Amino acid sequence: MRVPILKQGDYLIAPIQSALSDADFLRMQNELVDQVGKLRSRGVIVDVTALDVMDSFATRTLRSTALMTRLRGAETVIVGVQPEVAFSMVQLGLTLRMEDVETALDLDEGLAFLDRQTKG
Amino acid sequence: MADEMRVPISTDADIITARQKGRALAEWVGFSGSDLTIIASAISELARNIIEYAGHGEIIIRLAERGARRGIVIVARDDGPGIPDVALAMQDGYSTGKGLGLGLPGARRLMDEFEIVSEVGKGTTVTVGKWR
Amino acid sequence: MVTQPEEWGARSVAALRRELVEHFTEKREELRQQWVEQMTAKGLLAGLTQTEIETESATIYDTCIGCLETGQYDRAQTYATTLAERGVLRGMTSEQIIGGMLTLRDVYGRSLFERYQKDMKRLSAALDIYEPVANKILSIIALAFIDEREKVVRQQQEAIREISTPVLQVRNRLLIMPIIGLIDAQRARQLTEQLLRSIRANRAKVVVIDITGVPTVDSKVANNLIQTVEASRLMGAVVIVTGLSAEVSQTLVTIGVDLSKLNTVGDLQGGIEAADRLLGYKVITTEQATEIR
Repeated sequence: MRVPILKQGDYLIAPIQSALSDADFLRMQNELVDQVGKLRSRGVIVDVTALDVMDSFATRTLRSTALMTRLRGAETVIVGVQPEVAFSMVQLGLTLRMEDVETALDLDEGLAFLDRQTKG
Repeated sequence: MADEMRVPISTDADIITARQKGRALAEWVGFSGSDLTIIASAISELARNIIEYAGHGEIIIRLAERGARRGIVIVARDDGPGIPDVALAMQDGYSTGKGLGLGLPGARRLMDEFEIVSEVGKGTTVTVGKWR
Repeated sequence: MVTQPEEWGARSVAALRRELVEHFTEKREELRQQWVEQMTAKGLLAGLTQTEIETESATIYDTCIGCLETGQYDRAQTYATTLAERGVLRGMTSEQIIGGMLTLRDVYGRSLFERYQKDMKRLSAALDIYEPVANKILSIIALAFIDEREKVVRQQQEAIREISTPVLQVRNRLLIMPIIGLIDAQRARQLTEQLLRSIRANRAKVVVIDITGVPTVDSKVANNLIQTVEASRLMGAVVIVTGLSAEVSQTLVTIGVDLSKLNTVGDLQGGIEAADRLLGYKVITTEQATEIR
């Protein structure tokens, strides 16, 4: 399942719509890192509301995506982590890896955060 | 729903199939909320481990009963190279592959029961269980 | 496995079974009365009305005969379930239930003894038929009783857990969770799940967890708190922990718990003030407000 990448002003939005295979995750990463440069985006929002599981691979890929886009001048925010998913990520010991990644409750909050970062 | 399901694991798409089937069985057993996510995450880590270290194998998901308690047991089996030092592999952050090294210790933390049998050159079987 | 004496083939066992059924049916009123009397004497019927005693004893009596006759126990199972559902078992003690069934077993047994005492072989064959049935029924009722008790205990535990840790919205986007009492692994899990759901439902950005009411905070509790904080952060919420006593702070530092991940403020008031700053609120008096205008 391919993740669409939408351009909204200075930002890119990647709304994940269903469970992703590892290959899908990597494709999304490549496209985001690529598009950030092409479109000179200032921020990226990855919406994971639809994910019912975030395992070590998903977590690691999202983290590297955030670090890579940051190197290309765009802050990445992960939004929509579900309560159950957050809980099991903590149990799995994945949160340490997410410490340097920004998170927000939902798309609105993610956009508000980016606005504060880039326009404030 | 059948009491036991087998999912062959050889590509990363199989990981999704395995955890979706596991989640469905867990729901049928009566798990809810975070437990469903926890079980699905554990299956995901175990299946990923198979692909990373053995290439292919299978995940068996079955209903378990112990007296009046019901639960779910997941067996991850492969004929891969085996793990020379199981204690080392169970340490957080230890990885010889490209993962975070959280697969096995993570799965152990998520589940109530955890057992691993590995023989170099023969393969590895990890059995985990969770009870209601 | 019950083995029958050789002369008791399958056919004669079936015949004897019919005979026992007839016997208990004939003696129904007499034996049932005996049973009720003995239970009354033992004080096992306390709390039951006369009508309840009559109908319940008749039903149990007939259920037992039914099971003996058919060799099927679904009637006993159904009856036990109905008893439990009607809440009858809840109001009774285990002594009443088990004692009552043992008394009935005894009444049946004695009546068989009286009838067959002159023919020991027949008596022993009759007991071989009757005893497994009586035991099975006893265990069905006892299990239903235990199940019901466990159900009640579980419901109460859940109710206590639900009310023991309220998550309250103080203002828009700000939640407080005062924790009172011991935190074990199970409770830590339950309150983390509850908090995460509330963060989503209330769209909270800041949470103040007050642990003034937690008597002991050891490394396990501290780690649970850190996990709660981390999970909340994944959902985009900041957690402020308040109410760590001097004693607790000393212990945690001495045993080497890394609290750098915890955002701590002395007391609940300070915590709410800190939260207000994060959210951009400023609490001022009405006088000050007038001056600003």
